[in-house]
Amino acid sequence: MKTDPKEMRRKRTKTFCEAERMRGEQHMIERRLGRSMAGGWPGAALAVALAFSLVALGCQSDQGRGPAGTDVIKIGAYFPMTGPYAAGGQMTMDGINLAHQRRPKVLGRTVQTVLVDNKSDKVESANAVSRLIENEGVVAVIGAYASSNAMAGAEVCEKARIPMISPSATNPLVTAGKMYAFRACFIDPFQGLVMAKYATETLGARTAIVIQDVAADYSVGLASFFKRSFTELTGDPGSILATISYQTGDQDFTAQLTVARSKNADVIFIPGYFGDIALLAKQAKELGIGSHLLAGDAAQAPELIQIGGDAVEGLVFSNHYAPEQSRSGAGKEFVDAFREAYGDVPNAFAALGYDAYNIVLSAIESQGEATPEAIRKGIAALTEYDGVTGVITIDENGDAKKSAVILTVQDGKFTYLDTVTP
Amino acid sequence: MTFPLFLQHLANAISLGSLYALIAIGYTMVYGILRLINFAHGDIFMMGAYVAFYGILLISLPWWLAFAVAVLLTSFIGILIDRGAYRPLRSAPRISALISAIGVSFFLQNFAIVVFSGRPKAFFRPPLFTRVFVIKGVNILSVTFFIPVIAFISLAALSYIIYRTKPGLAMRAVSHDMETARIMGVDVDRTIALTFALGSGLAAIGGIMWGLRYPQIQPLMGVIPGLKAFVAAILGGIGSVPGAMIGGFVLGLAEIMLVAFAPALAGYRDAFAFLILIVVLLLRPTGILGRRLEEKV
Repeated sequence: MKTDPKEMRRKRTKTFCEAERMRGEQHMIERRLGRSMAGGWPGAALAVALAFSLVALGCQSDQGRGPAGTDVIKIGAYFPMTGPYAAGGQMTMDGINLAHQRRPKVLGRTVQTVLVDNKSDKVESANAVSRLIENEGVVAVIGAYASSNAMAGAEVCEKARIPMISPSATNPLVTAGKMYAFRACFIDPFQGLVMAKYATETLGARTAIVIQDVAADYSVGLASFFKRSFTELTGDPGSILATISYQTGDQDFTAQLTVARSKNADVIFIPGYFGDIALLAKQAKELGIGSHLLAGDAAQAPELIQIGGDAVEGLVFSNHYAPEQSRSGAGKEFVDAFREAYGDVPNAFAALGYDAYNIVLSAIESQGEATPEAIRKGIAALTEYDGVTGVITIDENGDAKKSAVILTVQDGKFTYLDTVTP
Repeated sequence: MTFPLFLQHLANAISLGSLYALIAIGYTMVYGILRLINFAHGDIFMMGAYVAFYGILLISLPWWLAFAVAVLLTSFIGILIDRGAYRPLRSAPRISALISAIGVSFFLQNFAIVVFSGRPKAFFRPPLFTRVFVIKGVNILSVTFFIPVIAFISLAALSYIIYRTKPGLAMRAVSHDMETARIMGVDVDRTIALTFALGSGLAAIGGIMWGLRYPQIQPLMGVIPGLKAFVAAILGGIGSVPGAMIGGFVLGLAEIMLVAFAPALAGYRDAFAFLILIVVLLLRPTGILGRRLEEKV
């Protein structure tokens, strides 16, 4: 396996900086506990209490801390900072923080972002949104990264009549039948079609196997849309040789992949998240599987390449954005600002987070007031908005009509292949 | 199902089962000696993997030395945990220590999230462990040969320590009757510390082997393997070290064969593992090799 020591060292420094920052908060708890320790608590209770206070701490963005007054506009964000989707949430927050840095005020009032960690979990997502609305009094919510988390959050927003925009949740059910739920990205029926087209037309595939994560709404949804499009395009109802399942948290996929190997399909479509795809690809290679691997937008994260190594070389997946698209205007400005802030080219999730924040601010600007109802109206009426991920028009369902890009992994880098318009 | 296909599934099952066995051995040993279900075992397993990871990354140790240092350091962490979380509760009701173990588990998970970050990291795999052998259509990763061997060596070493050495005698004495052992001059705290050191060292070996097999480490990586090892330990008869070994293999085999024969149910294999736990608890609560509890206390 290839590991670039320089890259790892850079990552490590970053991690230690984060740790340093959080250690400050830890000291606070220790001090607080120190007082109750005077009462003679046993050591075990200390351990439990410390663990729970860390859990309860959540996370607040650094920019968010300002004096709470009527002048501040609070926008909530709920993303996974921990758990299996942590990379996705952190990438999106990079984009949101950059957008906030570049546009910290609207209508002459300061904007404050409040981040709560949803721990990649459905129930925690609903709790996070409740906390943002009830305790923080936010006027709009941005989140979440994963569809299943966004669905849980959208329910809470709908009841509280607070508009929510998800940068990257692609499952149609996130916005379906809801007045207050929106998204800045395309939806899975389109994404499934894009990948089915790529498989049949570009690769000439006649047979496919789908490996889905039964615990993720995104995965199950995208798997079924891919299957529908693939059978339509090949005209053969038997062209999907098998649908094989796993569950979030599984690490051993050898049994699933051995079943897949015995069918010998042209392509294997894995609509999972980056970490699972990396392990699946590695184990597929170890089992000597030669089928072409395809995936959806959740494949993109540095972890895919770090963990997958040469096993993910040649993986092709659909995505929302490629920096190569943006050669001028707002897009190029974003790429330059991102490179300056983070020393790296932006990925799709940072770009979508950047767009989502700006969509909320534009909605406030267009309506001239920062109430939840005005923001809802503003987002719903958004047409031909020039975002960094493309021109965004919100349709009657609250979804963005946008084109998709096809990326591949080449020489350990995400490489742009093609753009597909709906 | 063709025969080579079945053999491939069998190879996968042995690979997974021996990993479960390796983790379950340490789990069951601590229970056998202390009657404490150490719910933090899975998280100590995670710490072992991270210590090895940082040993290679930060100090650039050669991998074998990093692994050895990780096992030793994790043993030391085990002693610290006993000192901080279990020893003050030695005379408290057993349930207090159990709750303390759950607290340690949460603490280690959150500690890891804060210090190592919540994003997964790629575990370094020496080329020795990543060669693929193809034998009659069955692909086997070389690490798969090492895991059962290491599990058997651990089992033998542990049996030797428990049954053939003086500290082992003390461990057995503490397991039978802590108070009487103390009166007879056994240093109970030191013996228990040794038990935790051994258990944690085994967890670290499990964590490292897991990292070599599935090269993605993250702070919550110990939760599911820890629970599976728990199931394996119960299945084999909790407290019985050879039982844990058998339990691990049976569980690995059951999980892989569920996916092999019913791919549609593959997403529910964790549920299947816990179903096995429930059935065993209902029908044979002492497991495959477990004796009746009264005999042991």
